[in-house]
Amino acid sequence: MSTHFDYLDHLEAQAIHILREVAGQFERPALLFSGGKDSITLVHLALKAFRPGKLPFPLVHIDTGHNFPEVIRYRDELAARFGERLIVRHVEDTIRRQGLKDATGKFPSRNALQTYTLLEVIEEFEFDACIGGARRDEEKARAKERIFSVRDEFGQWDPKRQRPELWDIYNGSIRKGENVRVFPISNWTELDVWSYIQQENIALPEIYFSHRRNCVVTPAGQLLAITEHINLEPEDEIAVRDVRFRTVGDATCTAAVESPATTVDDIIQEILIAKISERGATRLDDRLSEAAMEDRKKNGYF
Amino acid sequence: MNILKFITAGSVDDGKSTLIGRLLYDSNAVSHDILETLERQSRNKADGELDLSLLTDGLRAEREQGITIDVAYKYFSTTRRKFIIADAPGHVQYTRNMVTGASNADLAIILVDARQGVVEQTHRHSLVASLMGIPQIVLAVNKLDLLDYSEEHFYKIAAAYQELAEKLKLRNITFIPISALAGDNVVQPSANMPWYLGPTLLEHLETVEIEPEAASDAPRFQVQYVIRPKSNEWHDYRGYAGSLRSGSFRRGDRVLVLPAGIETEIVAIEVNQVQVEEAFAPQPLVLHLAHDIDISRGDTIARFDAQPIVSRDLEATLCWMNERPLRPGDRLLLRQHAATVKAIVKSIEYRIDVHTFEHLSDDKLELNDIGLVRLKTAQPLVFDAYKQNRHSGGFILVNENTYDTVAAGMLEEATELEPG
Repeated sequence: MSTHFDYLDHLEAQAIHILREVAGQFERPALLFSGGKDSITLVHLALKAFRPGKLPFPLVHIDTGHNFPEVIRYRDELAARFGERLIVRHVEDTIRRQGLKDATGKFPSRNALQTYTLLEVIEEFEFDACIGGARRDEEKARAKERIFSVRDEFGQWDPKRQRPELWDIYNGSIRKGENVRVFPISNWTELDVWSYIQQENIALPEIYFSHRRNCVVTPAGQLLAITEHINLEPEDEIAVRDVRFRTVGDATCTAAVESPATTVDDIIQEILIAKISERGATRLDDRLSEAAMEDRKKNGYF
Repeated sequence: MNILKFITAGSVDDGKSTLIGRLLYDSNAVSHDILETLERQSRNKADGELDLSLLTDGLRAEREQGITIDVAYKYFSTTRRKFIIADAPGHVQYTRNMVTGASNADLAIILVDARQGVVEQTHRHSLVASLMGIPQIVLAVNKLDLLDYSEEHFYKIAAAYQELAEKLKLRNITFIPISALAGDNVVQPSANMPWYLGPTLLEHLETVEIEPEAASDAPRFQVQYVIRPKSNEWHDYRGYAGSLRSGSFRRGDRVLVLPAGIETEIVAIEVNQVQVEEAFAPQPLVLHLAHDIDISRGDTIARFDAQPIVSRDLEATLCWMNERPLRPGDRLLLRQHAATVKAIVKSIEYRIDVHTFEHLSDDKLELNDIGLVRLKTAQPLVFDAYKQNRHSGGFILVNENTYDTVAAGMLEEATELEPG
């Protein structure tokens, strides 16, 4: 045994440290679980942090209703396998309860509507901390996010009022009604997450790996899975392609990439030579404006 | 492969954002779609040149004001190392952001404009680097392209900085002449400065020795969380979860639980649920102790033969980060990792003039002021002098009402030990 640690060991140590701080500092934390690789990695890290004890927080899934069935299956199996508590709340219900306008258009994305359900679930269970899998390398506004990010009662993030975060001392003290979003893998890049999944041999939903799928080709050349939630038109270009997903979001706005990669090793090879960053390749919603992410975060988005 | 965390500090117009943009751009860390956005944004600017500073100027408020208002983190890697950049703004009222970025940095790049040389901001940034104990410093002399790549200017600035560094007892300084805008000596060696034989900035960042996680230091461990499954299978399990912040522990080590001062022994060390004979910083661990002691979050477990300081009387250098000034008599919460205690300000010994480094007497510390204070805490704190151990010697102060983080503190050797 030696004192030499690889960079993944350092990233893992930091994430476990942060998760234990959440458990130590908060009364009612929750882990936001989307079924995507980042939140799956978080669960894996949480098990390392707290086993043989139970996780000191439930897994919470904000279900847009626009799902890939493989992901929902994976989610339920994971919760059952580890015997952890899973809370699912549906955007559909929030829309009905609050009389919100559902997403419309050709690719109706409920991504923005998730915020309402998230705020509802925070209120319902009085969560004081929500752990999420966001990474700073995803996007410019994320690059400035703290690891402990304090939100007001409306879930709003004010970049000018962020608390300075010194050393690895995390100040999670909040006033009533406020809550904290916690990002234990802030310092990981997409490649780091995949390398860790490889090292730890973490199972993922099948849609992360190459499979043949019916897709619609958008005018910008992106591939979207054909599901019951998108509104096809006769002139749409339909293609059968071997694709995989790089992120797992709302099925109507998460594009697939053409890829023959069937294993984590293949994917890592692809990423090493990839020329298009993760969000740019797959998220239609960020293309709308350069400040798109900043606006959504200020409104309480994750 | 390991990680180098570094911070960049410079005045508003020293070209800091351009330098970071250049590092990312020339090391191929910028992907196509981000480049496209960059090109589109640059077209909207007057000169139409590819504006690399846009790679780091993240928030809209900054784009409008043309300044960086907060610490932004950027990531890139080469085949030799993974890099985490904390981009700290140089604007005068944002010193707190540099302190924030510096608290986790292995190295600081201090940027000066070759036409200006060492200026007031350079003093401030170097003082912060010194107080925060950043192990490695790079003085990057930028914009040499505007001075015909003059060797003479470079060495004049280097000599002036050397003098400053000696006052601050800064060690391990590397001087590199660059042009971030033109790319000289950032990633590519410069054909314009044949007189410079040293490494490019990136080569230096890739190869500079970083001290291993204080492996030789005394082991320091704070309990973050007590794991008690209370299940049938793990009925009597009681593990103390936390991270080893420095040094190493061995099974069988005689230890003290502090601040209570109870002696016991480590009977088992778990790393990822596997029992190990020895564990090293920065590993997250679960410790099992021989005796059934009342131990809770924030308690320190230290080896009997390498004890930290335990005291309620503290002397610390503070960087004050709040609009409301600090005054003697103020009550605050002191948070040192998992330990939180109430503290009262007994006195402000002096404020440091950040430009001349003189000690000035003052009855308050204002936003961005740095000074030495005496504090008294409600319960004893377990710590080391920051100069000895960056992990156990650092703390933050928290406002009792707003819970904002209002100061960074670096502890000095205790002046008197807690009696009894």
